[in-house]
Amino acid sequence: MDEFYFYTEGLTVGYHGTPLIKNIRLQLKKGEILTLIGPNGAGKTTILRSIIRQLSPLCGVVWLDGKKTEQMSGSELSRKLSVVLTERIHPEMMTCEDVVATGRYPYTGTFGVLTKEDRRIVRESMELVHILELKDRDFTKISDGQKQRVMLARALCQQPDIIVLDEPTSFLDIRYKLEFLSILQTMARTRNLSVLMSLHELDLAGRISDKIACVRGDRIDRFGTPEEIFTEGYIPKLYQMTTGYYDELTGNLELPKAEGAPQILVIAGNGTGTGVFRRLQREGIPFAAGILWENDPDYSCARALAAEVVSVKAFRRISSRETERMRQLIDGCERVVCTLSSEDMTDLAKDLGELYAYARAQGKLIEY
Amino acid sequence: MPKRKRYYAAFLILFFLVLLFLALNLCIGSVAIPLADIPDILRGTAADTVSSDIVTQIRIPRALAAAILGGALALSGYLLQTFFHNPIASPFTLGISSGAKLVVALVMVASLGFSIRLSSWMMILAAFAGSLLCMGFVILASRVINHMSMLIVSGVMIGYICSAVTDFVVTFADDENIVNLHNWSQGSFSGITWDNVAVMAFVVAAASACVFLLSKPISAYQMGEAYAQNMGLNVRTFRVLLVLLSSILSACVTAFAGPVSFVGIAVPHLVKSLLGTVRPLLMIPACFLGGAVFCLFCDLLARTMFAPTELSISTVTAILGAPVVIYIMIHRKKDKGE
Repeated sequence: MDEFYFYTEGLTVGYHGTPLIKNIRLQLKKGEILTLIGPNGAGKTTILRSIIRQLSPLCGVVWLDGKKTEQMSGSELSRKLSVVLTERIHPEMMTCEDVVATGRYPYTGTFGVLTKEDRRIVRESMELVHILELKDRDFTKISDGQKQRVMLARALCQQPDIIVLDEPTSFLDIRYKLEFLSILQTMARTRNLSVLMSLHELDLAGRISDKIACVRGDRIDRFGTPEEIFTEGYIPKLYQMTTGYYDELTGNLELPKAEGAPQILVIAGNGTGTGVFRRLQREGIPFAAGILWENDPDYSCARALAAEVVSVKAFRRISSRETERMRQLIDGCERVVCTLSSEDMTDLAKDLGELYAYARAQGKLIEY
Repeated sequence: MPKRKRYYAAFLILFFLVLLFLALNLCIGSVAIPLADIPDILRGTAADTVSSDIVTQIRIPRALAAAILGGALALSGYLLQTFFHNPIASPFTLGISSGAKLVVALVMVASLGFSIRLSSWMMILAAFAGSLLCMGFVILASRVINHMSMLIVSGVMIGYICSAVTDFVVTFADDENIVNLHNWSQGSFSGITWDNVAVMAFVVAAASACVFLLSKPISAYQMGEAYAQNMGLNVRTFRVLLVLLSSILSACVTAFAGPVSFVGIAVPHLVKSLLGTVRPLLMIPACFLGGAVFCLFCDLLARTMFAPTELSISTVTAILGAPVVIYIMIHRKKDKGE
C-alpha cells in the first residue's frame, strides 16, 4: 500500500452516527486523478467532507503521505491538502487577488502578512488558471465561472500535494468546463498533483480520470479505471435510469424512443442520420433505420431511438438477409427518408442504392 | 500603491479626530476652559484650581472613558459581525448589552441591600456573566434560526426581556439609590473616576491586544468556516475565543457606562468604508480608533446640546447610528436584487 499517496481503509461516513456509505476503499497515487460519480444524494459530498475532516468519519482511517490525517495538525494538513467546495463565499471588498492570496494562509506568519515570495506564488497560480486579468476585480462582481477559477487558483496557491474538489464544474459553461479540467490535468501531469473530485458529467469523468469510484447505495460499488467502469449497461444501473439511453463508449445521451410500429424508414449512415433520428423522436414518430454498420456513428443513436435497426457487423459485407428485411420495412412503412447522397450509395453500400430505388418506385420517398 | 496611501490617510484622519475630540471634550462644558490653559492644567501649574479640578477630576476621566469604551464597543461589534457573518450584529442588537445590564443591576441592588461597596472588578465580572448568558442564548438561537434578520429579531427580543426585568428591579430598589441606578441603566459616561479608568484601560487593552493577535484567524474565518478549517484554523477554539473576547469588551462597557446602542454596528461599517478593505489587521485598530472618535463626539453632544440637562449617551448614538443600520439593510437588499 506504500505506493499510494492517499488511501482510505474501512472508511465509513455519515451524519449523527448513522452510516451512509460503508467501508470505503479509495486509492490514489501521486499525479493521479480520482473521480467520484454517482446519483444525486448518493453521498459524494459526504465522502469528500469526511476526507477533508469537515466531518468526522464514523470509522476507518484516511492515510495521506504515510500518515493518518486524524493525527495531523490543522496546519500540517493544510499544507498538503487544499479544497474547492460548493459552498459559496461572500467576501466583502476583496479583489480576486486577495481571495487567491488567502491560500497562502498556512505559510504566513503571526499576522498573515504576505512576503514577496508569497506574492510571486499568488501571481503564478493566477497565471496557471488564466485569471491574471481579474486580479483587481471585486470578487463578488465576477461571474460564477470566473469565481470557480479564482477558487481553483486559491487552492493551487496553497501548494498542496492533493486537491479535493466537490463538483467543481457544475456552474461552468462548456468552454470553462474543459478549460478547468485541462488545468487540473496539466497540474497532475507536470506537478505530480493528486486530484480527488466529484463530477456530474460522466463523459468528462470518463475522459479525465485515472480512477473512478462509483457511489451506489451504501457502498462504493465499483472502483477502477474508466475502461473498467464504463462497461455496457452499468451507468443506467448506477443511476437507476428508467427512461432514455446512455452509451458508455461515446457518452451519448438519448431521450426515450417513440413507441409503436415504425411509420418511417430512414436509410442512413456515416453520421448523416443522427439529426433525423432525434427530430423524429421529438415529434414522437416511431421509425426504423438501416442499413447501418455497427461501427457507424449513426448506430448508437439509432439503437437508442429506432423501433428497429437493420445492422451489419462492423467490417462485414451486407448480406441478402439485411436487404430482404429492408424491403419488408419499406413495404410496411408509410414513408421512406434517405439521408445519404447518391455518391455514398456505391461500392460496399451499393445495396442501399438499390433499396433507395425500390422505395422511390413505390412513391414512398420523401424529403425530411 | 494607492491602496496603501488610503490606509495611511485613514489612520491619520482617525488619529487627528481622536485628538481633536479629546481636546474639545476637555474644553467645552458648563464651564468653558480655553485650550491654551489645558497644558498648564495637565502640568499642574494652573492658577485657577476650580477649572483645574474640573478638567483633571471630571473631564479627563470622562473623556478617556468615552474613548476607551467607545473603542471596546466598536471592536466587540466587529467581532460579533465576524462571528455571525452578519453586518448588523452588535452587543446591543443581539441583547448582550441588556443581559449584562440586568446582571449588573441585580448585583448592584443586592450589594446596596447588604451595603457592600462594589469594586470596578465586581461590576465587570457581573456584566461579563450577563453577557455570556445572553450570548449563549443567541448562539443557541442561531443554531435553529438561519435567517439573518430573524436572528437579530430574537436578539432584540432577548434585549427587551432583560431591559424589562432591569426596569422592574430599578423600580423597586431603595429610593436613594434609584437616581444613580437609573442614570446608569440609561447609559452615560458621567461619574467615571480615575480608578474606573485604570481598570477599564487595563481590561480593554488586554482584550484588544488579544483581538489584534487574532487578526490572521479572523481573515481566514471571513472566507467561511469550511475554507477556514482547510486553511488549518481550529474553528471551534477560534469561535470560543471570539465569543469570550467580544463579551469581555462589551461587558466592560456595560459595567461602567451602561448600555450604549448602535456604536457596535455603525462604527465598523463606517470604518470599513473609510479603509476600503476588510483586512482585520487594519480593521481592528481602525475600529478601535473609530469607536473612540464616535463616542467622544456623541458624549460631547450629550453633555452640551441641552446643557445643563444631560442626554443619555444612547439617545445620541442612536440618532447618529441607526441611520447607518438602515442604510446597510437597504444597501444589502439592493445588492441582492440586482
